[in-house]
Amino acid sequence: MVEKTLEKSWEQLNQLLESYRCTKGSMIPVLQQAQEIFGYLPKDVLIKISKELDVAISQVFGVVTFYSQFHLEPRGKNIIRSCQGTACHVRGAKAVLDAIRERLGLKDGQITTPDNEFTIETVACIGACGLAPCLMINDDTHGRLTAESVAPMIDKYYNNKK
Amino acid sequence: MELVKVTIDNKTVSVPSDYTVIEAAQIAGIHIPQLCYHPELTKEGACRVCVVEIEGARGLGAACVYPVNDGMVVHTNTPLVRETRKTVVELLLANHPQECLICQKNNNCELQTIAADLGIREIPYTGEKRNAKKDESNPSIVRDPNKCILCGRCIRACQEHQGLDVYAFVNRGFKTLVEPAFSYDLGEVTCTYCGQCVAVCPTAAICEKDDTEQVFDALGDPNKYVIVQTAPATRVALGEALGLPAGEIVTGKMVAALRRLGFDKVFDTDFSADLTIMEEGYEFLDRVVNGGTLPMITSCSPGWINFIEMKYPDLLPHLSTAKSPQAMFGALTKTYWPETQGIPLEKIYSVSVMPCTAKKAERVRPQLQSNPGIPDVDAVITTRELGRMIKNAGIDFKNLPEEKYDSPLGVSTGAAVIFGVTGGVMEAALRTIYAVLNEGKDIPGINFMPARGMEGIKEATVDVPINGNNVTVKLAVAHTLKNARTLMDKIRAGEADYHFIEIMACPGGCIGGGGQPQPVNAEVRAARTAAVYRVDEDKTIRQSHKNPDIIALYDNWLGKPLGEKSHHLLHTHYKEQPREV
Ligand code: SF4
Ligand code: SF4
Ligand code: SF4
Ligand code: FES
Repeated sequence: MVEKTLEKSWEQLNQLLESYRCTKGSMIPVLQQAQEIFGYLPKDVLIKISKELDVAISQVFGVVTFYSQFHLEPRGKNIIRSCQGTACHVRGAKAVLDAIRERLGLKDGQITTPDNEFTIETVACIGACGLAPCLMINDDTHGRLTAESVAPMIDKYYNNKK
Repeated sequence: MELVKVTIDNKTVSVPSDYTVIEAAQIAGIHIPQLCYHPELTKEGACRVCVVEIEGARGLGAACVYPVNDGMVVHTNTPLVRETRKTVVELLLANHPQECLICQKNNNCELQTIAADLGIREIPYTGEKRNAKKDESNPSIVRDPNKCILCGRCIRACQEHQGLDVYAFVNRGFKTLVEPAFSYDLGEVTCTYCGQCVAVCPTAAICEKDDTEQVFDALGDPNKYVIVQTAPATRVALGEALGLPAGEIVTGKMVAALRRLGFDKVFDTDFSADLTIMEEGYEFLDRVVNGGTLPMITSCSPGWINFIEMKYPDLLPHLSTAKSPQAMFGALTKTYWPETQGIPLEKIYSVSVMPCTAKKAERVRPQLQSNPGIPDVDAVITTRELGRMIKNAGIDFKNLPEEKYDSPLGVSTGAAVIFGVTGGVMEAALRTIYAVLNEGKDIPGINFMPARGMEGIKEATVDVPINGNNVTVKLAVAHTLKNARTLMDKIRAGEADYHFIEIMACPGGCIGGGGQPQPVNAEVRAARTAAVYRVDEDKTIRQSHKNPDIIALYDNWLGKPLGEKSHHLLHTHYKEQPREV
């Protein structure tokens, strides 16, 4: 099943590249659409794009890491965005973040759980400073969190599989 | 080009209208500090340390990118200019590891020099320091991104000289770094270890891997018999690392310094360059006569070998199987020398001094072991590292007497020394091939001018008698991998009817190698090149096949060129180096 969809994604990528062949300055739209196809930008896909568009892979990697819209790792079904803005920071956002990471069993540098259920990112401010420390899970905002209260909340999303 | 008049600090000069202010200032003899600017690379105007005041312009201008125009009046030394430059450098230092005292580039760092020149005494901004991973995983080059000032010179050097794109800016804001794709180590990407990025890096963010410690250890070990060989291009550049002008010939002083450092035998890679000509010359004739793969391409430049093994593996049969001079010499130090001198092999420690960072990686090629499991060369140090060792040992280099190489592996001809410049191997080979085919008659004039000069790709023809027929041999000479690629694409497309091609990875050949003293630019390379040809002219013997010790080596030990022993010791093979990116 997984095999099948991957094959289809590569087919789509090839069509995409075909339609952009010889178009100068097409890297960003190609990367955006490739990310739509694969959900993220796997290494092999970047290498393929680099070859087909004749742009050095180092430069493709440079562009991908410059824009926060691009992802080099698969993304979880649920996206947690933990606010580390000033207000949240002073009210213990770091402890909340650590508690979530521990709950999800994420190792150093990992941002997505191996079962692809969750991806956690930090953001500078989500504009809910009154609720500090706060975070967003998908489209829901949660505030006045503590290291203790956050774990059960995460579990709810686990059970609540989409 | 039309000339325009520009007045800089009250000095008026006429300069071509396509100059920028920094180039005009140089003509006027005024130095403007620079970090991202390098005279041989595209101008970026990224660092702003070169700001100047331009009358009538709003704000300050970056001299490296500001175009001149007629009647322009520039001030490079006003309070505002000084203050601004200071701030620029203070900001660069805010997140810089301030460890000059223990840094490989101490006393040879452009950032340090600028900070000193601008009189920076405190750093008012305390920035968060980076904590990026250092890449020490390959034998040639060490990268420490924490010392990078994001000037981008390495990106451009790799791109513009070598036609490779190993580095790019990644991430943004405070997290910006200069990295290979996927932040891979250099050994995992298409990096040839040529060291051209090292040569232009203004700081210690990209350096040669320092192997001086292990050489000092061997020298201090009474059980070791330490032999050193010195590459052709080192003798015209080492002086620069020790306070002498570019182009000074320091062969005799270098030999004296190596003796004082304690080497048991001071030999010369020039000897094995002569040997290379014998083997490679005869190999070429063999290919022509017996229908071998043509064009035959030279194999002495390890940056070039890495490049073809990574990028054009289908063309490997074109490479001469002759080992590089360093490798041939290494083989002799681990076979001929212990055998004929009665020294146990385990005692021998073989060092080479090279203008090149890629030679460090060549040393560990498994193909280059005459005794299985034992490398033929034990340590490779660059010209820069030898400079540091000489300083470390407190040797007064400038006042050393001139000494001679030890014999017999120190005797060489003019043909060998020109290996150090683009076109030199070709010229040296022709001097011998011509004589072999013409009953020992010298090639007219000895010098072969069409192979000389800094043009990227040179082509020439020579008429020689082969099997009774007059054959026009077509030659090509290329330096830098960008130019090499042009020739390789021609071969692939079946459009190259050359017989013999010389390729050197570095601009100008080894005199511009990635291990040579800094700074390097066209002027410095021209001075070193002229010095190489002076050494050649001054030699009594200028053709490899006339080197008496080469003749004796064949007579007494090796047999004949391409013979059984040569085949084992002096020839090698190549293998594709696949790279994911
Ligand atoms: S790179 Fe230059 S400025 Fe930085 S620590 Fe080394 S010597 Fe000092
Ligand atoms: S060593 Fe040469 S090939 Fe490698 S990154 Fe530096 S310039 Fe590029
Ligand atoms: S590594 Fe060196 S040359 Fe490259 S950007 Fe950094 S400081 Fe400049
Ligand atoms: S040297 Fe001019 S901006 Fe860097």
